[in-house]
Amino acid sequence: MSQLVFIAFQDNDDSRYLAEAVMEDNPDAELQHQPAMIRIQAEKRLVINRETMEEKLGRDWDVQEMLINVISIGGNVDEDDDHFILEWK
Amino acid sequence: MSVNALYDYKFEPKDKVENFHGMQLLYVLWPNHLMFCSPFALLVQPDMTFRALVDEVLKPATASHPEAAKADFLGGEWLLNDEPFTPAPDASLKDNGIDHKSMLTVTTPGLDGLAGAGF
Amino acid sequence: MVSKNKKLNLKDKYQYLTRDMAWEPTYQKKKDIFPDEDFEGIKITDWSQWEDPFRLTMDAYWKYQAEKEKKLYAIFDAFAQNNGHQNISDARYVNALKLFLTGVSPLEHAAFQGYSKVGRQFSGAGARVACQMQAIDELRHSQTQQHAMSHYNKHFNGLHDAAHMHDRVWFLSVPKSFFDDARTAGPFEFLTAISFSFEYVLTNLLFVPFMSGAAYNGDMATVTFGFSAQSDEARHMTLGLEVIKFILEQHEDNVPIVQRWIDKWFWRGFRLLSLVSMMMDYMLPNKVMSWSEAWEVYYEQNGGALFKDLERYGIRPPKYQDVANDAKHHLSHQLWSTFYQYSQATNFHTWIPGKEEMDWMSEKYPDTFDKYYRPRYEYWAKEHAEGRRFYNNTLPQLCQVCQVPTLFTEMGEPTRLSHRQMKYEGERYHFCSEACCDIFKHEPEKYIQAWLPVHQIYQGNCEGGDVETVVQKYYHIEVGVDNFEYIGSPDHKHWLSIKGKSFDSKAEKSEQDAA
Repeated sequence: MSQLVFIAFQDNDDSRYLAEAVMEDNPDAELQHQPAMIRIQAEKRLVINRETMEEKLGRDWDVQEMLINVISIGGNVDEDDDHFILEWK
Repeated sequence: MSVNALYDYKFEPKDKVENFHGMQLLYVLWPNHLMFCSPFALLVQPDMTFRALVDEVLKPATASHPEAAKADFLGGEWLLNDEPFTPAPDASLKDNGIDHKSMLTVTTPGLDGLAGAGF
Repeated sequence: MVSKNKKLNLKDKYQYLTRDMAWEPTYQKKKDIFPDEDFEGIKITDWSQWEDPFRLTMDAYWKYQAEKEKKLYAIFDAFAQNNGHQNISDARYVNALKLFLTGVSPLEHAAFQGYSKVGRQFSGAGARVACQMQAIDELRHSQTQQHAMSHYNKHFNGLHDAAHMHDRVWFLSVPKSFFDDARTAGPFEFLTAISFSFEYVLTNLLFVPFMSGAAYNGDMATVTFGFSAQSDEARHMTLGLEVIKFILEQHEDNVPIVQRWIDKWFWRGFRLLSLVSMMMDYMLPNKVMSWSEAWEVYYEQNGGALFKDLERYGIRPPKYQDVANDAKHHLSHQLWSTFYQYSQATNFHTWIPGKEEMDWMSEKYPDTFDKYYRPRYEYWAKEHAEGRRFYNNTLPQLCQVCQVPTLFTEMGEPTRLSHRQMKYEGERYHFCSEACCDIFKHEPEKYIQAWLPVHQIYQGNCEGGDVETVVQKYYHIEVGVDNFEYIGSPDHKHWLSIKGKSFDSKAEKSEQDAA
């Protein structure tokens, strides 16, 4: 059985960069647009890297800033200064 | 099993018959007529006859269903609390063995609800 | 760059500001300070194993929450200034908000109370901090929801006395008793019930597809509070998963206790969410996703991944999940039929779905809608057209545990009502399902006290013996204004006047059929 992790963001300006960064770092992930939200799912693991996000935004970015735009998640969370990981082990 | 609690956990049932001022609760289900979404909950007198229950309570409750006029409830197949049951029409509910919070089920052969959907 | 090096990293900061702020008591016994931690039988050997993967500290919490609030209130203001209520898809949609405000928002407040309590009861500092933050979140949700809906209250009926209704109205005893059951349990059961079974496993179904639907129906205020609340929820869900893993890792004796809680609370939550199923399929005029599709994505797929992950602890999926999975084809239709026939006693209106909506349902429910449910609506629509709008004038039997009318059908037998009964200490009790009966059998003393609205009316405790008096005086539902059929209601006429039309019962009827 497939084991998907997912994250959903409010569809806004910040999230468009987030989605871009996520898709760049997780090329096998699937991106879905639904009214007012962006949902990304992937098999077993999804990672958001601070470095990629800072490149997209052209400024410093704190991983916890993501809390403002996230709607929901599925998977075990591991967060530190450099990344946010969702995972089924 | 009992409740895992910080003290001796014991309470009175909320719906004991004493709380209904001489009346009792009765539920009636007419299977295959889901126009009525669930069994009826009725407040009845224990000394009311079974015939009066059918004529004065059950018939008005089901009257808006097009099959109700054709239904011979007294001649139907009855269950009392899931056991086969032959009501004595002129005896009281109590004497028919229908106690507080009992459930009656009445099937009326040939009447299977509308649209073949048990409605 | 010196200042940058001085900054603590996330892990250190969390350690300093959470664990290191706690202390070991010296002149009081720990057992006396945290007296509620043991009685459920859960064994905790080492609280330091508790992990908060978000590593959120109070300073960061305030910063991000303040930012969320600013964004949210900017949208509320814009929505109100722009008369946003005039731009929703249809006024029928507002009825979902009436149910939300009376059924869900008071639960947010109950959650605030529940988390404040457990945030005091754990001897582990990490768990206490996470629960205290969640308590503040829940209070915020309750408040922002009331603020968002206060705008609708100015223009539509049925939104005027939500807290009062929550405590009294028959169908609202379903959400109320759900949360009362959880809050009166011990702290570990409360977290398993709310943080894990409800927040992690089930609330996505309410806050994600339904809120996306709100956006699709032009309600920017609701989608924004919904998603803003859900952004806290991501943290709550993580807490829920961590709680379960932590308890299971602490001691093998905890496994059967937690499994029973998961079985119970999955089912309690599933029954509660039956209300959401009809909100999604029937109360969103513009449809995004059906209840059965949402159930597939958010329970079968995501829940499946979750329970596969928990296998290694000896946890299996909830006992009655097969019944819940089968019910996805029927649930919303059975609920809507129930509320349609008891609309005389609700603070919102009901209606027969239009032709296009029914075609959508045929497409989404190919095996069940045309066979079992379309005939109901066609029959009732005909009755209505002939001046006999159907209402059920006899009160329904309620389940002793979930308090929903016993309206559900057996798995695989959609025309046979599911019903169970048993005797306990000489009294008879009735249930909607094997699962609710199981819950009763395990803790009968808890459920024999249930305040069942139908029985309370019959006992004479609701200010009147007839439905109209109870509804008007005891429930504070304005008869002829808030309740009954949508077509021809004051809300309907008001909506038509906003849209520059007038109410003509015949024309409206055919428009409804054509819609």
